[in-house]
Amino acid sequence: MNEWIYVALFIIVGLIIPIGAILAGFIFGPKKPNPVKQSTYECGIEPVGEAWMQFKAQYYIFVLVFLVFDVEAVFLFPWAVKLGHLGLYAVIEGIIFVAILVVGLVYTWRKGMLEWA
Amino acid sequence: MNFWNDPLKVAADWLEGIFTGWGMDAVAAHVLTVFLGVFLMIVILMVVDVFLVWIERKVVARFQDRLGPNRVGPFGLFHPFADIVKLIIKEDTTPGDADKPVYNIAPILSMMSVLILWAVVPLAPVMLGTDLNVGVLFIIAAGAIGALSIIMAGWGSNNKFALIGGFRQVAVMISFEIPMLTMLMIPVVFAQSMNMNAIIQGQSVWYVVLSPLGALIFLTAAIAELGRAPFDLAEGESELVSGYNIEYSGMKFGMFYAGELLHAFTFGGFWAILFFGGYRFFGLEQVSPIFAVLILLVKALVGYWVIMWVKYTMMRIRIDQMLSFNWKFLTPLAFALLLVTALMNALLSSAPVWLYALGMFLANIVTAWVALEIARSATKQERERAEGPQKTAEARH
Repeated sequence: MNEWIYVALFIIVGLIIPIGAILAGFIFGPKKPNPVKQSTYECGIEPVGEAWMQFKAQYYIFVLVFLVFDVEAVFLFPWAVKLGHLGLYAVIEGIIFVAILVVGLVYTWRKGMLEWA
Repeated sequence: MNFWNDPLKVAADWLEGIFTGWGMDAVAAHVLTVFLGVFLMIVILMVVDVFLVWIERKVVARFQDRLGPNRVGPFGLFHPFADIVKLIIKEDTTPGDADKPVYNIAPILSMMSVLILWAVVPLAPVMLGTDLNVGVLFIIAAGAIGALSIIMAGWGSNNKFALIGGFRQVAVMISFEIPMLTMLMIPVVFAQSMNMNAIIQGQSVWYVVLSPLGALIFLTAAIAELGRAPFDLAEGESELVSGYNIEYSGMKFGMFYAGELLHAFTFGGFWAILFFGGYRFFGLEQVSPIFAVLILLVKALVGYWVIMWVKYTMMRIRIDQMLSFNWKFLTPLAFALLLVTALMNALLSSAPVWLYALGMFLANIVTAWVALEIARSATKQERERAEGPQKTAEARH
């Protein structure tokens, strides 16, 4: 039997349990909404404007740096599995591969993009 | 004696016999049995989760020289159940401006991302759950769903605190995912497999001996991934009040809270599986799967305790410190360690086990020492640039 069916069952049950718990809260809890209660929390002060606004762009740069390394991990995992069979040659290839990525990190670093300004 | 050796299979065969006896198709009976097994597993996890609340509260109380919960039941053991009743009968307020579908799905996904991690946990030599051949990659994939649930909660609440908290938390999670990914490769290199059970089977020598630095970096990255102190800047009580889950109440908040505790326990378990031999303990796991499960549970609890110990000892760090710690120190160090491990693995591949272990251990120590020296001289230069040249001891007095 396919192993991924178990994973699918885990996902289904993993969704059922929290949905059930939240439904129980929905059934047993009181429901008396009013506009003041439903206003956005801002430490008791009336909310000013919307929260969905332009946000600091620095987070975006970190996500870009992350993406490079995240994709690289997909290539490195098979390399790590077969490392024992491939010997020194594969290790040197791996070092070159990581070095190319590290150049990217060093570039970002020298550009001052890793400083939180 | 069969039940003693393989309780799960005996129970499953018995159930399948009953189902086929009712005239059910064999495949359907099997799927139904597995479904019930998964259901049982997750229900047990939720019960463990309830006690984790008690453990967390009791341990933090002891760290802070308090008594902790001690009213309901012996040692306050029934406090979490009172908490659950309270969470269920509380009103579940939804902010009027929230993006309702995103807001409501976030806590469900948060809990689900933690529960599905247990699909790949090998509890005992015969209780493997899902024996995926890409088990290690599955951990990362499930972790990505956790990050998604947090950004959904932060965005969907339409609250400024929640949005800032969500952004910060996701920045921490994705940053520290790089050292974590890299450290997950080290057991993979040793075991030559991404299968969790093969990683445990390969640990005749615990991988913490082969790679102590790897275990340490994995723990650091795991703590950051969990968003616990010293990396809990997404919570920041004094500035963000509670971070991404600020607008949640009732059982939806409960799901975030329970998910966080179970996540910490799960990563204690992964730490044990990847570096401390999982269910193995000097051959005791061969006696009965029941012992194996207990050994894994104890190891996971020890890992969880270490995570709590760090949480209640360290101060929260700022986001710029967190990001420079990760990108300027931990990520280069993790890659250096991976390459050193790969190199030593190739050089010592035909060496006897004791020489292999010794070589790996020394390589780790040297890597850690070199990294700390580089960091020390770099920070010293930075400080001198900021403060001017260092004054001598006499000049300061």
